[in-house]
Amino acid sequence: MAEFKTNPEILQPENQVYKRTELLTDKALSYCPGCGHGTAHRIIMESIEEMGIQSETIGIAPVGCSVLAYEFMNIDMQQAAHGRAPAVATGVKRLFPEKFVFTYQGDGDLAAIGTAETIHACNRGENITIFFINNGIYGMTGGQMAPTTLAGMKSSTSPYGRDTATMGNPLKITELIANLPGTIYVTRQSVHTPAAVRKAKKAVRKALENQKLKKGLSFVEIVSNCNSGWKMTPRQSNDWMVENMFPFYPMGDIKVNDDK
Amino acid sequence: MKELRLMKGNEAFAEAAIRAGADGYFGYPITPQSEVMEYLMAQKTHERTGMITLQAESEVAAINMVYGGASCGKRVLTSSSSPGMSLKQEGISYIAGAELPCLLLNVVRGGPGLGTIQPSQSDYFQSTKGGGHGDYRLIVLAPASVQEMADFAGLGFDLAFKYRNPVLVLSDGAIGQMMEKVELDVQRPRFTEDEIRKNSPWATIGKTPDREHNIITSLDLESIKMEQHNHSLQAKYRLIEENEVRYEKINCEDADYAFIAYGTSARICQKAIEIARAEGIKVGLMRPITLFPFPSKVVKEMTTRVKGILCVEMSAGQMVEDVRLAVEGRVKVEHFGRYGGIVHSPSEIVDALKKQIIGG
Repeated sequence: MAEFKTNPEILQPENQVYKRTELLTDKALSYCPGCGHGTAHRIIMESIEEMGIQSETIGIAPVGCSVLAYEFMNIDMQQAAHGRAPAVATGVKRLFPEKFVFTYQGDGDLAAIGTAETIHACNRGENITIFFINNGIYGMTGGQMAPTTLAGMKSSTSPYGRDTATMGNPLKITELIANLPGTIYVTRQSVHTPAAVRKAKKAVRKALENQKLKKGLSFVEIVSNCNSGWKMTPRQSNDWMVENMFPFYPMGDIKVNDDK
Repeated sequence: MKELRLMKGNEAFAEAAIRAGADGYFGYPITPQSEVMEYLMAQKTHERTGMITLQAESEVAAINMVYGGASCGKRVLTSSSSPGMSLKQEGISYIAGAELPCLLLNVVRGGPGLGTIQPSQSDYFQSTKGGGHGDYRLIVLAPASVQEMADFAGLGFDLAFKYRNPVLVLSDGAIGQMMEKVELDVQRPRFTEDEIRKNSPWATIGKTPDREHNIITSLDLESIKMEQHNHSLQAKYRLIEENEVRYEKINCEDADYAFIAYGTSARICQKAIEIARAEGIKVGLMRPITLFPFPSKVVKEMTTRVKGILCVEMSAGQMVEDVRLAVEGRVKVEHFGRYGGIVHSPSEIVDALKKQIIGG
């Protein structure tokens, strides 16, 4: 293998235009190549770094692919039982109302087993931020049907496609919680293109900044891919996501009620 | 100065928790323990000491709020009754696995299932053998009076922080509902953030530049590390067994026979002792105060004197298994239980002693 040559004159701090945030640890991400989790982690940690709130932020990791988020996010973290992250975050925030508290949850965690915790944390208007990664599948356990799996979509527990007559309809939990008076900012984003990442990061930053307002819960859904679970290449999965997921889970703000 | 009041057991526990410097209570209503949260709400704890009292959407949510608060090094508690405690077991297992301090109260009612709202002691196995999944133990304190309901709130917090382990106060519907005189401790201050950072350096309250990020988790995917974690948990439980056994002996000095009973059953046994001794039967009582650690050595020592032991429990026979393990067949051990919400009468306990132990 040819040795990669570096030019010391080029590699000067003043020439650096991009760097990895120090709020991500040096641990190699456990996610599949092509997965959106890594980018979602990065924009959250960059936002926390830019806000200068590393020492005041507590993150709650879920059960699922991102269970080890606490290994990658270089802030104080707690790992919650499956679906319980909003309750755990409630406990933290009520006892430390001046700190920044967020949960990071997948669709099975947030919209199936944790539905009650999600809805009630939103309904109480807990002054926290929920980051919801929706890839329509249970990734870690091997690609089973999730509450957000699209109608007709194949998974290991809907091998002939999701039959809504017997398996229920995909749940738009984000629209559902937007109806609750306790939420002040509800948005749906994606991280599949540089432009989408920039938009998503603005949403992440806003959702965290909102905690200073003490007016309620901010919720950022990130529709993402699961190339392994969907059995596609990363590129195919992103194309499939745009063609199939986005029409059912449309991008953009659903609720903005954060006037100062 | 200590203060004397007439209170219900549930209320005394709640008041004592406030005075012990509790930072947060998270609960869900269930009979016969709802007075705990009602009392805390009526007290406006946030105005009184800064303590948070929050009604959760379920027992499951409540115990996970406790997980969050305990992960921050705060003094947090929850309370429930049997069906609700079953729902909390998942969270308790995570709390035990992550080695978090917290205070739990179970005001036991008869089961199984929805059972009844009357008092029972049928959650002994659940309380002392783990309860949720995995190899773990709670420190279990069994109050037999309203005074002990109050005392065990403060003691419970102290033991929880001493061992970074959940502490369960295992009461029952009778102790929770009855009114007695109670002497209350003076108000302890709540922890400051500086105290938490100093005394609980593991707490997740924000990473400062002088330390690595703190992580609260019960997960390790490397089995060898998880086995090591389990070894350290077991070593902690052995240390607790060494240091924290608590019990009370009544009329045991000259006793030929012994009752072993805790909580409400122990109170009824005291009356049974009066009846039996009036008839010339020398019987005493050993009342375990800690159910984990169980006073096994004390039970073993008793076998050098007594000829037989009757375990009196409001259950179909749960603690009797620990008694038999301690006795190792040296003397006769029998169980006499009433359950499903029925409480023993003193005279039927005396009859059982005669029939099952003395005459048997």
